Amino acid sequence: MKRNLPLFFAFFCGILVIVSEFIPHRPFSMLIDTLQNWFMIISGFAIILGQISLFQSNLSKIKQKESGWIFYLAGLLSFCLMLIVGLLWGTQETGGIFGHGLKLQASLGAKPFDYLFDFAYMPLSATMFSLLAFFIASAAYRAFIIRSFESNLLMITAVIVILGRTSFGGMLTAWVPESYKFWQLPNLSDFIMEFPNSAAQRAIMISAALGIIGSSLRIILGIERSYLGSDK
Amino acid sequence: MSVVNSSQTERRIVFLILLVAVALPLIFPIGWKTGVTNYTKMVWELVESTPDSSVVIFSFDYDPSTMTELQPMAEAMLDHAFSRHQKVLVTALWPQGMQMADQAIKVVKAYHPDITYGQDYVFMGYKVAGIVAIQAMGKDMEQVFPADQSGTKYKDIPMLREVKTLKDVAYVNSLSSGTPGIKEWVMAARDVYHTPVTGGTTAVSAPGLIPYVNSQKQLYGLLGGLKAASEYETLINRVGSATVKMDAQSVAHLLILLFIAAGNIKALRARKRRAS
Repeated sequence: MKRNLPLFFAFFCGILVIVSEFIPHRPFSMLIDTLQNWFMIISGFAIILGQISLFQSNLSKIKQKESGWIFYLAGLLSFCLMLIVGLLWGTQETGGIFGHGLKLQASLGAKPFDYLFDFAYMPLSATMFSLLAFFIASAAYRAFIIRSFESNLLMITAVIVILGRTSFGGMLTAWVPESYKFWQLPNLSDFIMEFPNSAAQRAIMISAALGIIGSSLRIILGIERSYLGSDK
Repeated sequence: MSVVNSSQTERRIVFLILLVAVALPLIFPIGWKTGVTNYTKMVWELVESTPDSSVVIFSFDYDPSTMTELQPMAEAMLDHAFSRHQKVLVTALWPQGMQMADQAIKVVKAYHPDITYGQDYVFMGYKVAGIVAIQAMGKDMEQVFPADQSGTKYKDIPMLREVKTLKDVAYVNSLSSGTPGIKEWVMAARDVYHTPVTGGTTAVSAPGLIPYVNSQKQLYGLLGGLKAASEYETLINRVGSATVKMDAQSVAHLLILLFIAAGNIKALRARKRRAS
């Protein structure tokens, strides 16, 4: 029962969604509307579930003093801090348990949650992503080596696209006459993105879509059951 | 051991040079001009040709990690939309999107001090469920957005009185750095309800979305990365953060090319040494 009931629901809902695409009339349209509402509600609860799971898994790692437990502790403390200030004084236009915390807003310039978001989370998050530039530069120096015809081709394409995406690239080939403007670096770069890139991307998209159809059918028909968790 | 040390030293030198190369143009701007590409022009034309007082959706589907590229786009496009007197419904398919929207509006308010909440723009908050939420908007907007962020009921928001479904929206602009984002808006809003969709994404994600900019106009143009944001600023005659940051990005790109060349010279010399 514990396994068969979810399998039945998956089969019933999956078939219903497929049928409604072909017959968008009552009663299917009504049932699909209901399913959509349920999905949105369940997704909302999934966020709470995710937070509980995050809390529990971090807590157990700290208790067992796993390697790097101090980082889990920092993560957990940050999570609790944001949660508490968000619950007490709210965020943006939404008030919290203590209202909008006007006194705090006057001293900080924003609600505590928004203050932490703007001056702690946002710079940290942007910094983490920006670090990629340093790794790309280092990787480009060490790994982008011409070894074969294919790597040569990749290199030439990369150079054109990189230069074409800079202000400098346009200036470098600005002298090319209007009748040969295709050879200007930004136009060459656009050509590569629009044709060879699009063709390859479309092939990937179609293959991925076929893969998704296949795996969705496997779930609907109950062949793929890993989403149900272990048998224990 | 010495090989490892030498590799570590090289890495540090690369990092240091890049840091200096990125910092200098930010401190002393070069002022390189950026040409406008077709994809950016298409986005601008959609906003420009949309009639005054039309309600449009700006969906902030990103978080602070990609704000360097997407925030300038958001500011420039909001600026353009407000200058065309369009009414902006602000939403987000990413939890932190509304914070990004709030910041963008604050910046744009400096250029348009007369815009009023509820009349010219409204914050409808973060929506869970991605594509399913968009599908539901196509049937009934009020059901998806019962109230705005401050609790005002949908029917009491003046600018949304005539907006019943997605079909009543002039266009959707999704600024996205992943899923859910532009792809979901194209699939649910453009393909099903024929609402024009445009947007911006990071330079690294742009190649995956370019196939949607096609003759069927599944996507009306696309802003890809900081360069496109800078192009958009050029189109609206605004020197914004993208234009300033573009110098640093151009220098960084040039430097990466130099690193590639240096790496190849080094590999070639090593190969020759091995052969001899």
